[in-house]
Amino acid sequence: MSAPSGPTVQLFITCLVDHLYPDIAEAVVTVLEGEGVAVEVAAGQTCCGQPAFNGGFLAEARQMARRFLDIFAASEGPIVCPSGSCASMVAHHYPGLFAAEADYLAKATLVAARTHEFSQFLVEELEVESAGGLPGRYTYHPTCHLTRDLGVRGCAETLLDHIPGAERLPLPEADACCGFGGLFAVKLPAVSAAMMQRKLDNVIASGAEACVVCDASCMTHLNGGLIAAGKPPLVKHLAEVLAGQ
Amino acid sequence: MNTGFNQRAEIALHNDSLQQALRHTQGKFVNERIRAMGSLPHGEALRDHARTIRANTLARLDEYLLAFEASARANGSHVHWARDGAEAGAIVCQIALENGVQRIVKGKSMLSEEVGLNHALETAGLTVLETDLGEYIIQISHDRPSHIIAPIIHKTKDEVAALFHQHLGTPPDADIPTLTAAARSALRQGFLQAEMGITGANFGVSDTGSIVLVTNEGNGRFCTSTPAIHVALIGIERIVPTLADLGVLLQVLAASATGQALSAYTSLVSGPRRSRDEDGPDQVHIVLVDNGRTAALASELAEILYCIRCGACLNVCPVYQNVGGHTYNAVYPGPLGIVVNPALDGLGPWNELPQASSLCGACTEACPVRIDIPRMLLKLRADAVEQGFAPAWLRTGIRLYAWAAIHPRLFRLGGRFARLGQRLAPRTASGWTKKLPGPLAGWTQARAFPPLAAESFSQRWQKRAR
Repeated sequence: MSAPSGPTVQLFITCLVDHLYPDIAEAVVTVLEGEGVAVEVAAGQTCCGQPAFNGGFLAEARQMARRFLDIFAASEGPIVCPSGSCASMVAHHYPGLFAAEADYLAKATLVAARTHEFSQFLVEELEVESAGGLPGRYTYHPTCHLTRDLGVRGCAETLLDHIPGAERLPLPEADACCGFGGLFAVKLPAVSAAMMQRKLDNVIASGAEACVVCDASCMTHLNGGLIAAGKPPLVKHLAEVLAGQ
Repeated sequence: MNTGFNQRAEIALHNDSLQQALRHTQGKFVNERIRAMGSLPHGEALRDHARTIRANTLARLDEYLLAFEASARANGSHVHWARDGAEAGAIVCQIALENGVQRIVKGKSMLSEEVGLNHALETAGLTVLETDLGEYIIQISHDRPSHIIAPIIHKTKDEVAALFHQHLGTPPDADIPTLTAAARSALRQGFLQAEMGITGANFGVSDTGSIVLVTNEGNGRFCTSTPAIHVALIGIERIVPTLADLGVLLQVLAASATGQALSAYTSLVSGPRRSRDEDGPDQVHIVLVDNGRTAALASELAEILYCIRCGACLNVCPVYQNVGGHTYNAVYPGPLGIVVNPALDGLGPWNELPQASSLCGACTEACPVRIDIPRMLLKLRADAVEQGFAPAWLRTGIRLYAWAAIHPRLFRLGGRFARLGQRLAPRTASGWTKKLPGPLAGWTQARAFPPLAAESFSQRWQKRAR
């Protein structure tokens, strides 16, 4: 682990990673420290409020957002997040939540501007193209909030392409949504499952050993489908792949 | 938890011929749009320009509507204003009554579906013949359109062949040219005998008072030329200021809808027959229909009125692709429908629709005028919660979750209970939960849920001396 010579960043763990996939957070820290970045993890993080927001529960979303903002307003510098959808919640939707609360609007605007998704931070901010990783035959599913909301395209692909000995295979219908959609997955389970099946069929058809994503929620949904079908969980988070897990 | 939409979706997902029809059509439409938009010089700039035209028009819609009325009247067209669907029906029936109309031929019009025009006309004792091939098939099979551009994408050729065998006596295994020729023959008399032709309108040009029809079949042209009276229904938001503006919109409409440079027939109707014209109706009546559009315009959902009804959002939507139009049980399906139906009518009858989306944003990406549908879905969902449409279990669940999230010790405690619960639930060998309780059971219908970590990352980090 090289001594930090670069910036210090704040890790925005996300609730899913914190409680379901702590190893992904470890991997993010490992990769960032490997690029000379010091990582701080503010205590007491819970949830950014996206599930409430997407369901139309604005009061609850604001409650969670205020807490998030109080925690992160106490620090400075880039906030790095291993989830495209959570990053987009903070970067795009937080300011709008506080149009009527001047103090939180100010905090939200500043925090939003500091928030980056993990692959975006590595490639666009640190200008890193090669960050290690295990060789393998990968395909990449570009998750919806990451690409369409945050406009992040090509970053994970660049990082995967620079893994020595790795091969990146094209994913058929790559732009198609995996079908997670948050509460959509339980409100419209039949449609969500159909979308999931189509994505999984395409992942299998790609011939890859693993499908890489930048969103643990999509990963949970897709791996959940594979496990239910008695298959191994092929979907991995980018950070895990880069950290060689 | 099984909402109406989900139940209908399950039926659609198990309908093999529907699934086959959807896959076939969707691939064609999506690829054609991408090709056509890609071949337009400055296609992206054209979309921005189209959006600006729509925004500017709606910002001054009252002025442009009055200018349209004046121009249309100067052409010799009659202009009527209908506050709602009932008024629109009454106006058309009145025109029919005053002119001794008995038989009507109709071009495809989603607005006429919206206001239930056919029902109003038939109740008044009038005969209505749909002349768009897809709508004709819908009419004789007592069905409903499932797509705003291609009404019968849910039907296979075999289904149509069986229908025509029954209604028109064509051979049971007739091919498409034979079926089309039979329809043409059946419709021909209708055109020649009808006293009134009713169409919708893709646009109304303010400068010239023209009604614009964008079609690929000749029936629209026929309806506006042969009967003595032409009635055009147009939503008030379909106004376009100038012919130059029209040119921009026609390009993105044709490219986005069907991958064409222009549709086979793009007609501008600028009044009744002039003395020097060989063809044309003696009377042209334009019915401007509001039916909730003014209310939508005043709301945060106004942007849905930019829509030029190309259908691109339907074609690219993964929900629509899987379940088809009938699952929405509404006049307008797809991403357009889950916003516009509640925007025009309120959430009352449509509160389920804004939930029928994963917020993936493919619709906005495909929309020629860049309508931000996810933004409006979030707004509608917030409205639904405010208006009490959220189910009790969800309201309570979210409230509890938020409460725990702002009290991290409670969050951790909740995590501990969840881990305990997971140990009691049926699990796979690797510890994934196979069945979640109550309303969360929807998840485990097709997925397992991963085991919660024994120690969260936060806990690990706190323990470490860093």
